[in-house]
Amino acid sequence: MTNVKSKQLDRKKLFADPVTVFAIILVLAFLLLFVVYPLCTILAQSFTTDDTAYVNNLSKNGKALVTYAADDAEMQQNPVYRLGSAAVAYSKEYFARGKTNTDTMKTLRAEMDGALAEIDADESLLAAYAAAVKSETPVAEEDVANLCSAIAHDYPEIGKVGLTLEVYFSIFASKKFLQVVRNTLMLGAISGLCSTVIGFLFAYVDVYVKTKLRGIFKVISMLPIVSPPFVLSLSMIMLFGKKGIITYHLLNIKNANIYGLHGILFVQILTFFPVTYLMLKGLLANIDPSLEESSRNMGASRWRVFKDITLPLLLPGIGNAFLVSFIESVADFTNPIMIGGDFDTLAAYIYMQISNFDTRSSSAMAVVLLTISMILFIIEKYFLERKSVATLTGKASRVRMQIEDRSVRIPTTALCAFVGLFVIGMYAMVPVGALFKLWGKDFSLTFKHFVNVLGRDTKPFTDSLYLSFVASIITSLLSMIIAYLIVKKKFFGRRFIEFATMFAMAVPGTVLGIAILRGFITGVFHSGVLVLVGTSTILIVAFVVRSLPIGTRSAVAALNQIDKSIEESAYDMGAGSIKVFTSITLPLISDSFFSSLVTTFARSITATSAVIFLISARWQLITPQIMHVVDRGQYSVACAYATIMMLIVYVAIFAMQLVVSRMSRSRRIKEQKV
Amino acid sequence: MSNTKKGVRLSNISKIYIDPKTNKPFKAVDSINVDIAPGDFVTLLGPSGCGKTTTLRMIAGFESPDEGEIYLGEQAINELTPNKRDTAMVFQSYALFPHMNIFDNVAYGLKLRKVPKDEIRKKVFDMLKLVGLEGMENRYTNQLSGGQQQRVALARALIVEPGVLLFDEPLSNLDAKLRVYMRTEIRRIQQQFGITAIYVTHDQSEAMSISDNIIIMNKGVIAQMGTPQQIYYNPASEFVADFIGEANFLKVKVDSVEADKIGVSFNGVRFAARRPEIKLEAGEEHTMMLRPEGVRLAETGVLPCRVILSCFMGSYQNYHVMVGDTLVKITDNHPVGRRVFNVGEEAFLDFSPIDTHLM
Repeated sequence: MTNVKSKQLDRKKLFADPVTVFAIILVLAFLLLFVVYPLCTILAQSFTTDDTAYVNNLSKNGKALVTYAADDAEMQQNPVYRLGSAAVAYSKEYFARGKTNTDTMKTLRAEMDGALAEIDADESLLAAYAAAVKSETPVAEEDVANLCSAIAHDYPEIGKVGLTLEVYFSIFASKKFLQVVRNTLMLGAISGLCSTVIGFLFAYVDVYVKTKLRGIFKVISMLPIVSPPFVLSLSMIMLFGKKGIITYHLLNIKNANIYGLHGILFVQILTFFPVTYLMLKGLLANIDPSLEESSRNMGASRWRVFKDITLPLLLPGIGNAFLVSFIESVADFTNPIMIGGDFDTLAAYIYMQISNFDTRSSSAMAVVLLTISMILFIIEKYFLERKSVATLTGKASRVRMQIEDRSVRIPTTALCAFVGLFVIGMYAMVPVGALFKLWGKDFSLTFKHFVNVLGRDTKPFTDSLYLSFVASIITSLLSMIIAYLIVKKKFFGRRFIEFATMFAMAVPGTVLGIAILRGFITGVFHSGVLVLVGTSTILIVAFVVRSLPIGTRSAVAALNQIDKSIEESAYDMGAGSIKVFTSITLPLISDSFFSSLVTTFARSITATSAVIFLISARWQLITPQIMHVVDRGQYSVACAYATIMMLIVYVAIFAMQLVVSRMSRSRRIKEQKV
Repeated sequence: MSNTKKGVRLSNISKIYIDPKTNKPFKAVDSINVDIAPGDFVTLLGPSGCGKTTTLRMIAGFESPDEGEIYLGEQAINELTPNKRDTAMVFQSYALFPHMNIFDNVAYGLKLRKVPKDEIRKKVFDMLKLVGLEGMENRYTNQLSGGQQQRVALARALIVEPGVLLFDEPLSNLDAKLRVYMRTEIRRIQQQFGITAIYVTHDQSEAMSISDNIIIMNKGVIAQMGTPQQIYYNPASEFVADFIGEANFLKVKVDSVEADKIGVSFNGVRFAARRPEIKLEAGEEHTMMLRPEGVRLAETGVLPCRVILSCFMGSYQNYHVMVGDTLVKITDNHPVGRRVFNVGEEAFLDFSPIDTHLM
């Protein structure tokens, strides 16, 4: 007894609906091409044998043969010369095209085969060639023969593919690399731990303690979204750096050093704790107050209630928050770059070394980084997230009685206020910093940086705006479609789509950037089709892949709230899939659509790690520009850039809220008319 | 889609699900055969989990059968998607489109069929009048009461003039009085259109009052099929008898079989019973059903008994009596002027052969 037949029928019905099938194919193609394929490319590069050495030798030996008779027209007819020049051309073609076996390469191989056969048949050709050399030092026949046999030996080895762990052995043999991996893990663990503790404190105070700090809490949860990821590093340098306002000018410390582990930690904790705060707040708010009340009722002190009830209920959630900030820390690229000093983390190390290493080593390092993130992500997703949902079920039945006890309220509130105001102050440093003439030396006020930034070259702004806008529209539509497919349809590949979309969340930006670069530098599979590097498409793709998981998750949540029968009803009335989607589903999840529009826009415009490998002269972005000016020590200019960027994002969010509230208001008015 | 009413035929339909806990397949619907005539109002009745909703959803096309073929009119429709089937469904949750007003909700199906605007207007207004929602076309669904939402759902399904109208427990979200009112409304409108209707419910009084025919389902199979009267008076099994109305069961022995009646004995007391349609032989044991309202309690009668509960319920007197070891419930309607028995009293069950039914 099986349900095979009904599955067949379901499939037939699915295929009777070309729009759905098209959407599935579109989504599958997108994910395969822009998530799976690039990552497979770096995996493949890191695990395959290397034939570059053979190509290098081929080039060297070929060149040697050719120079012997560089300007002798007669000798150029000699098969020895033809062998050499074919070898040179072959290696050139190889480096230009990658490992693909192009038609040119095939002809060149045939050419070498032919020349070698001629030489074998008539060995006097070698002597004739050696004799003809008109250089100061005579060339022995033996040398020519050696060069020829070296070529004959090398070129058949090229293009042979084999699996090897050689690259991994070599990178893990490097003490420096091991140190970098250790650094990354240590930083992630400490930063995750501290962010979780502070985030928990904020969440607890927000939900449990009667406080007047709600304004600060709101601003704090908002700031990391609208700001680019390196803002805190920037203000850290300006406040506490060598010439920092506080360290140098206020405290008169001449040798303040913020570069290194402590600097990154400080900045990362302040950047990530709002995320854990929001996560834990949701969970805390969902704990039924009567659980704690009954414990208190049985005689437990407040501390016992916290220790026995609240904390155990929240434990999976806390673990989850820890891992999420761990993942973020591991993936963080900009802060270690700006403030890391000698303390290298994996993401930053790969970027800084990318030009020093061959493709295979940098791919292998990216794979190591990806593996770390993946392991953390899988623990988070499949072990902890499910458990923490258990405390989420059952909405709080009543309003919680908030703690008014002064002994609890005053210290916790004071701590939160201190941290909160400090963070806000750090962020506020950015627009303020943009107003000074020359940071560290001349503190007279000026608008010249804004004028310069906007007046000199607006290309990074226009490009950033344009690309982020396009990406946000694509992401929002695509994530609505993906969510619709995975929630409402049953088909082969549904789980793959779900997994690949969410999986993209765990891919650090650096890895994604390298993967996309490697995947499309010579087109898909080196074919010359879709050579996207240098185009706007590749930047948009990077933006979309980075934001897709978030958009999809919010759309899935929105869709799950819609009664299944509403769509079934439209379907039953005779609407096809596309009609159901456009006339019923999309209008009902429009809020989620708009919020994904803005989130993607904000994330894209502030994105750094993924796109830093992908920018080109034709397409410039603000964030790499800021990194660039920071690198030159022009902090005020960087602040001007960052301020404008934050303004743009803020305006976008404001506009979105306006649109959404206008839409819901117009509906309300319509309703009230009757 | 046409506006001619259509019959529905389920030929040997099975649906297999995989139990999520044990991972084993089981038949939610097991080889059922049903033939519904055009214009008929048929109810699928059964306890929850009996497969009635699954059957309805297979007809609508939301689920696919694992065995058998579904015919709508003469057409086999297994491979058609829901939007290509000439069915319209009224959902338990009404499934009104929350972002559209009443007019747009009702007009949705017509717009899909590219009916000209003027005609849509006319049809929608006619339909709203028919279901008693005149003047409400601009309201949104959240501004309507449950009964009004129900009417919108009905109007939205009816307006496309489907070959068959499907109802999935449409009244279960309404309060008791409204439920009674709406079911007569649904019946009235169905009769007016002469449309084929298949109605799923677990409420037996709803099923009886509304249907031409009832199909009783249990554990994926059809327990009995017939008119409400057939099912009520001649239930095929204890399950059916118990599910439709209340029933008392006595294990009796058949003593003699005659042309129009049979002789049976219970606890050694002999009495006459109605001859059922099933085959009987003298000497067999059978279950005899007595409806509570088909039995009276009297000082003389057929079977001696002892009263263990006597309770005045207003319109009737409710008794529980023991006949030997068997509990029998009795509802004595309008007991005014008759003797009321008290707990502990000895009495007799009184009934005539026509009140009995052997299974």
